[in-house]
Amino acid sequence: MTWIVKNLWLIPALPIFAAGITALLKQRSRIAAASLAIGSMALSFLLSLCAFANVLLRHSNQPLAVNVRWFQFGDEWLKIGWMLDPLTAVMLVMVTFVGLLIFIYSIGYMEHDENFTRFFCFLALFAGAMLGVVIANSLLLLFMCWEIVGLTSYLLIGFWYFTPSAAAAAKKAFITTRIGDLGFLIGMVWLYAQTHTLLFYDAGAGCLEQSSLVHLVTTTTVFGLTTSAAIGILIFCGAAGKSGQFPLHVWLPDAMEGPTPVSALIHAATMVAAGVFLIARIYPLMSAALGATVTPTVALQVVTWVGAITALFGATIAVAQYDIKRILAYSTVSQLGYMMIGLGVGGPSVGMFHLITHAFFKALLFLGAGSVIHGCSGEQDIRRMGGLRKFMPVTFATYAVGMLALCGFPFFFSGFWSKDAILHAAHNWSISQAPFYMAAIGALLTAFYMTRQVFYVFFGTLRLPAGGPVSHAESHSEDTQHHGAGHPHESPVVMTAPLAILAVCAILLGFLGTPAWPWFQSFLDGHAVESGGFHEPGIMSVMLSSSLLVFLGLGLGWWFYGRKPIASAEAPDAVGKLQPQTFRLLGHAYYVDALYGATLIRLNTIWSYVCDWFDRFVWNGAVYLVSYAVLGLAWVDNSFDTYIVNSGFDEGCRGVSDGGQILALLQGGRIQSYLRMIGVALIALVIFLLWGAKA
Amino acid sequence: MNSLQSYLILSSLLFSIGLAGALTRRNAILVLIGIELMLNSANLNFIAFWRFGPNPSALTGIMFAIFSISVAAAEAAVGLAIILAAYRHSRTTDLDQMNSLKG
Amino acid sequence: MNGFPMLTLLTALPIVGALVVLALGNKLARATAFAFSFAALALTLVLWFHFDRGSGALQFQETHPWIAVLNVNYSVGVDGLGLLMLLLASIVVPIGIAASSQIQQRVPLYYALILLLQACLFGTFTAQNFFHWFIFWELSLIPAFFLIKLWGGPRATKAATQFLVYTMVGSVAMLLTFLAIFLTTHTFDFAQLSALAQSGQLMPSVVDKLAWHRFTPQHVGLILFAGAFLGFAVKVPLFPFHTWLPAAYSEAPTGTTILLTGAMSKMGVYGFLRILLPIFYPQMQELLTPLLWLAVATIVFSAYAAYAQQDLKRIFAYSSINHLGYCLLAIFAIAKFTGADADLTAEKYAAMNGVFLQMFNHGLTAGTIFWFIALLEKRSGGLRDLNDFGGLRKVAPVFTGLMGIALFSSLGLPGLNGFIGEFLIFKGSFPLISWATSISVLGLLMTALFILSLIQRVFSGPLNPKWAAFPDLTTSERLTLIPAIGLMFVLGLFPQLVLGVINSTVIQMVQHLRF
Repeated sequence: MTWIVKNLWLIPALPIFAAGITALLKQRSRIAAASLAIGSMALSFLLSLCAFANVLLRHSNQPLAVNVRWFQFGDEWLKIGWMLDPLTAVMLVMVTFVGLLIFIYSIGYMEHDENFTRFFCFLALFAGAMLGVVIANSLLLLFMCWEIVGLTSYLLIGFWYFTPSAAAAAKKAFITTRIGDLGFLIGMVWLYAQTHTLLFYDAGAGCLEQSSLVHLVTTTTVFGLTTSAAIGILIFCGAAGKSGQFPLHVWLPDAMEGPTPVSALIHAATMVAAGVFLIARIYPLMSAALGATVTPTVALQVVTWVGAITALFGATIAVAQYDIKRILAYSTVSQLGYMMIGLGVGGPSVGMFHLITHAFFKALLFLGAGSVIHGCSGEQDIRRMGGLRKFMPVTFATYAVGMLALCGFPFFFSGFWSKDAILHAAHNWSISQAPFYMAAIGALLTAFYMTRQVFYVFFGTLRLPAGGPVSHAESHSEDTQHHGAGHPHESPVVMTAPLAILAVCAILLGFLGTPAWPWFQSFLDGHAVESGGFHEPGIMSVMLSSSLLVFLGLGLGWWFYGRKPIASAEAPDAVGKLQPQTFRLLGHAYYVDALYGATLIRLNTIWSYVCDWFDRFVWNGAVYLVSYAVLGLAWVDNSFDTYIVNSGFDEGCRGVSDGGQILALLQGGRIQSYLRMIGVALIALVIFLLWGAKA
Repeated sequence: MNSLQSYLILSSLLFSIGLAGALTRRNAILVLIGIELMLNSANLNFIAFWRFGPNPSALTGIMFAIFSISVAAAEAAVGLAIILAAYRHSRTTDLDQMNSLKG
Repeated sequence: MNGFPMLTLLTALPIVGALVVLALGNKLARATAFAFSFAALALTLVLWFHFDRGSGALQFQETHPWIAVLNVNYSVGVDGLGLLMLLLASIVVPIGIAASSQIQQRVPLYYALILLLQACLFGTFTAQNFFHWFIFWELSLIPAFFLIKLWGGPRATKAATQFLVYTMVGSVAMLLTFLAIFLTTHTFDFAQLSALAQSGQLMPSVVDKLAWHRFTPQHVGLILFAGAFLGFAVKVPLFPFHTWLPAAYSEAPTGTTILLTGAMSKMGVYGFLRILLPIFYPQMQELLTPLLWLAVATIVFSAYAAYAQQDLKRIFAYSSINHLGYCLLAIFAIAKFTGADADLTAEKYAAMNGVFLQMFNHGLTAGTIFWFIALLEKRSGGLRDLNDFGGLRKVAPVFTGLMGIALFSSLGLPGLNGFIGEFLIFKGSFPLISWATSISVLGLLMTALFILSLIQRVFSGPLNPKWAAFPDLTTSERLTLIPAIGLMFVLGLFPQLVLGVINSTVIQMVQHLRF
């Protein structure tokens, strides 16, 4: 076992350690905080490269795992551990690299925030926990790090805690993901019960290894599902929550309340990708099927359908948003749907490829948006921006690269190759073509809304109001005081350099997974993927159709938003003018939030009050009833005593007393009456005796 | 009617008179007299049954009578003493007035 | 077997302390109480480190003849469970004393009563026969009653009386049951009774000896179980015998609430484990479904009701009911099968370990949270309604941070002590009683909801101008809180520290549940 595998735990441990120290520092120690976070992240990145090299040189996708004992219960020890396989390696490199860039970016972005130190503490904690999720060889350890990731997301979304909307958004994120995590927990304990281990790989005894999978596939449970499918679906609930799949997507757009680096790192590149990563990690469980059937398992079908709905859903909503970050947020929801489709129809290599490319270009887009917001002193509404490409050329250039990558502009941009792989696999899906069409329409919409956004923000004339930003968010970082209102300006190098690096990656990474050279796929699968390159049936047609859709989308975007410059900030949206009702519906995200508020949340709150009412009046009332019954019984007993028992006794006594009084009359005190009585008695006695003697 | 019966009738008459006196007279001394009469009538009975009984020569009857007279005398003395004491206390010899032991 | 009488010493120490406190008067009362409670803690730690981890049998036993007529010995001893509870009581009492800085009247009496309560707790957790145990069980009600009544809130008398009478009703039922058993078996000893119950002869012999021939042994068993069950169900509490708790916890002075939630409620669960499960195992199996529904109701309804509360103490009163509901769920799960099925035995081990851990962790966490509430009350002049605060994080970041850690531990965040117990309970219970466990996860959701709502309303949002001068934690407060918070982290990351001690006892207890 090589050094890197034995010490893989250092990769998450270093940032967590940095976070721990930073937590104890005072607010003034900014340099220390930033250096600790960035330093630990850089070290983790280097270690991740070592791990990557190790896997690369090994030419196999067999995981190497190190398991340690944690605690015992009964006769057995619960073990946790870490593992290294190609999946782990790519995620490690991606998370550490993107994380490092965003940390550096944050130095510039959060410069004027008074809680700078705390920000880096939470960021480092997040990074550590996320890396823990990646290397975990135990579903329990993964769950634990998953929850801590959720915690840091909560802390970072609510970073500007004095704003009520941020505090509410943080709570919403935590609760919504927790709903998903309930399913995850049940799936986890079920899996533990069935396979007696939560270690993924444990020299043949792990829960993702052959013997366990056979057991899980051969037993059936509710609704006729195999146990593996049922557990897979339950664990997918957790993934759906974390990755913002419909219907648990509602927290993601609100999470934009957090600072932009947070949105970039957590809600675009890494945390939301954790759900996708989880499914990729437990893919053997999800895909376990009897025999050599080609029909996808029920679990994977569920994943695909949910992903397809989400992909289309998110894309439609993004068309009608005005907040620069919300467009990107819904775009992320949509792209996560794509990743789920990829996992469901094509397997980990397809889904993960898109995850990796998406991480780079979405982080790029978010950081670029942050740069725009920073440059516009806190403004976030795209209607009040415009013409920024003149003022912020670097940001514009890198943003354009990111945008084209997201749209999937053919050939040069990574998004094209990764999205195409998904579309191709969806096209070949044996169950239905619907996901393919949904994904295709989504691609069209993606190109459309991104073009809309770019035209609103970077083209046309500047519509920024002179008096400073009108929108609320991010104006509390003291940007407004420092930069003043009015002229937008380019961001400092510490912010634009990461943008440039990410832009380069957004281009180059695509070439790792083209059909002609499917390096990525083979790396993940551990062996060379047999593919016919561009001659594989269906590939060219899919590529052509997706390219057409992209061009169509770009064209439509230009038609509506680019031909004429947007008049003013109050001018209605071009599409909105055509279809006001639909636009409004999309703008409010199909009123899903309102629906949840009116139904689930309201019912939940009502049920709370019902339980409380029951407690106060019904159960408590029952106790009071019993106590009143006892008091009543006591009263009855008392009256019985007073009126019946006591009085009866008194009456008896009185009777005796009266009787005695009467008898006392015999005692007149006069001697002669006594004598008379004696006389009478004597006579009576004599008569009696004589009578008796006679008889 | 033989002599015995006459004596018995006499003694019973005496007894009745004595009884009536004891039971009805108000004055305590008259009650005592009545009691004395009753006692003496009993004495008469003794003598009568001795004289006309189976063994007139034995002195049993006379003995009885003499005993009885002495006891009567003692008893009269005591009774008079009580009456005197009672008289001193309540200033009257009327028996009806002496009912302080009323119940 | 009779070594140095550590346990007697431990039980006597707080009694002596109470007398000393009464004697020393006002100024020294608190310090003396602290001194004695730390002495008890030290003694308990000595016991902890001298405990033989490989053995699940009773240790530090002391047996002396006492009342020959009743066949009652003075018999004390601890196994892993007892020792864990002793440690919990030793930790919770200093926390309670620390949180009692607001007590101004009759101060020596207050601390004397607290120490007396500690002595009763120690007595309950070390007793090995019913007579001895019941004495301490009932005795503990007296200091608790006076603590609530004399120093409590506006409706303290009512709450205290309800608490006393309600608990006593349950205790009387339990006493009747054990008298019936005593008349049959002429023993009060737990070990002997559980051996008798295991042989299946207990209930038939009750029918014979007491000539209750109208009832079958099975019915007699259920009747006797009902009596004993009532006593413990009120104490834990189990739905629907829980309505005394919110009033008692919120009216009591916060230092007392810490003791109530940290240690006294555990007496009920301890009773389930020590007395009810070994002796009435068949009855629990028979009544399993209704018992499970009660446990699920306890978990779910109390979590929902907590969300509807406005008073901080009432919120955590309901939260206590909820957390102990998980313990009962696991206990009922353990009562399910009698077979020697190895798979399920592993689950029972997990569930029982989870119960022990959850008891300990909840005591620590809830005690700490109420301590924070006491600090909050001190600074706010007695206010503790959710609507009274807002944005406190701005002026008191350290307070927020440390209380946040305690709150997240209560929520069950991994890495802190609350998670492992809950995980083991779910892990152990799920294979045994799947549906009940699945419904119980709603409790986890609602707990997260009300805790985060609390954080949102008290600490986040714009600063309520009333509290612009709200002081953050002082250094001494930080120093006293850090050990508790640190312990939360330590136990969250290294649960083996506790599990290593209790595991042998768990194995033994589960092994004995074979009929």
